[in-house]
Amino acid sequence: MSIHTIGVIIKDWLIGLLAGWGVPVELSRLLIEVLTWAVGAALCIIAIMLAALVFIYLERKVSGYIQSRLGPTRCGPVGILQSFVDVIKLLLKEDIVPAEADRVLHTIGPILFLAVSALAYVVVPWDEGGTVAGKVDAGVGVLFMAAVGSMGLIGIVVGGWGSNNKWSLLGAIRGAAQMVSYEIPMLLALMCVVLQAETLSLAGIVEDQKGSIIAWNFLRPWMWLPVVLFLISGVAEINRTPFDIPEAESELVSGFHTEYTGMKFALFFLAEYGNLLLVALIFSVLFLGGWLSPFGYPDPLRLPGIIWLLAKSLLIVLIVMWVRWTLPRLRVDQLMGLAWKLMIPAGFVALGVMCAVIMLGWA
Amino acid sequence: MALEYGPVAVLLTFGVALGVAAMVTAWLLRPSDPYAAKQAVYECGMEPIGPAWSQFYARYYLIALVFVVFDVEAIFLFPWAAVFKQLSAATAMGAVPLVEVAVFIVILLIGLAYAWRKGDLEWTR
Repeated sequence: MSIHTIGVIIKDWLIGLLAGWGVPVELSRLLIEVLTWAVGAALCIIAIMLAALVFIYLERKVSGYIQSRLGPTRCGPVGILQSFVDVIKLLLKEDIVPAEADRVLHTIGPILFLAVSALAYVVVPWDEGGTVAGKVDAGVGVLFMAAVGSMGLIGIVVGGWGSNNKWSLLGAIRGAAQMVSYEIPMLLALMCVVLQAETLSLAGIVEDQKGSIIAWNFLRPWMWLPVVLFLISGVAEINRTPFDIPEAESELVSGFHTEYTGMKFALFFLAEYGNLLLVALIFSVLFLGGWLSPFGYPDPLRLPGIIWLLAKSLLIVLIVMWVRWTLPRLRVDQLMGLAWKLMIPAGFVALGVMCAVIMLGWA
Repeated sequence: MALEYGPVAVLLTFGVALGVAAMVTAWLLRPSDPYAAKQAVYECGMEPIGPAWSQFYARYYLIALVFVVFDVEAIFLFPWAAVFKQLSAATAMGAVPLVEVAVFIVILLIGLAYAWRKGDLEWTR
């Protein structure tokens, strides 16, 4: 049973219940609609918080094993409670704001970053018919995701400027330059998938890959270049090593969040791990068949689609973590050069190949 | 209809509420003992010289201009991408949908090549 069918059953039951109390059907429909939005939005927020808790632990363990260490071991069995202890520590930390900083902007920055970067979650197809804002996705899903995904930058710039610290300002400027540059290869990779699937809807892109693993986009040879472009620009968009130039501990102290402590710092990190999950989810949707089972449609194992989606995303997250602890950071000029002189031309090549494949009738 | 974007508005509200709630909780729990040295801007132990809000060189200014061009191009191309298969399958159209977009992209690429040649894509000049 998919999420969609469960939702329909609950909705019908609620309408029946409200009708029993004498509420007009039109009004109860509207109420249930608003309730659905609230439940969907709450689930998105919970997904981000869980992602942050799990990924911080996972990142420390993965980095530990990559560097022949054990990672956290003290809090709970194999250190599994480490994230919770971190949350308590961050809650209890003193909030230090520089005397010369703009207190308003300094406070707004992290909230803006978190709230805006959460928005793209509404178009993620969690399961068949399981998109929070299904109608937005059906119309302009890919564009909405790309537009909202890069707006989190405003939070970084506001926070970096508001700190009145030279490191923060430099980090924010670099963040802006980086996001602006890597947006274009990402859009070009997305465009190749849209050409393949003939739809702007992320749910539709999954539908287009319906079938077993051989029908998925990543096994089509003309998708290999977009796969690489999307993965690299995705890692760059979420500011992770080797592209963490806005933070760059070894040169900018810690970039745009140098002057942040306690909960404000935690909000930045919450949003960053939320973004990591988002990029992994979108990658799975675009190239790895989203909620589809690798054994064919309908799923012979009868598992809910969301399990498959999360399993694929976890794989991507682990790859991104592996990259982080393996590759050194790029220099800022190398970073911009990579985007403008290699990835954007490569993106247009991918687009050309895709068009040729369609004209030849292979797609 | 605007009602489609209801979930987006609700999620934005929830996101802001989460941020505010987290900060208020921390404000209730945390100690507060500010003094001048602690509230100084961090500059690796040095006394900061002047505020960060001074004239600075936004190096990516021209890159940002080129970005705007390519971003608008993407908005034009996405609707085309969504229907390109249909258009190219309609034999009466021939290669017209491809050629039209190719002309558009080539003009943009000439612009990119110009910016590249002028050295505007370099971080340091």
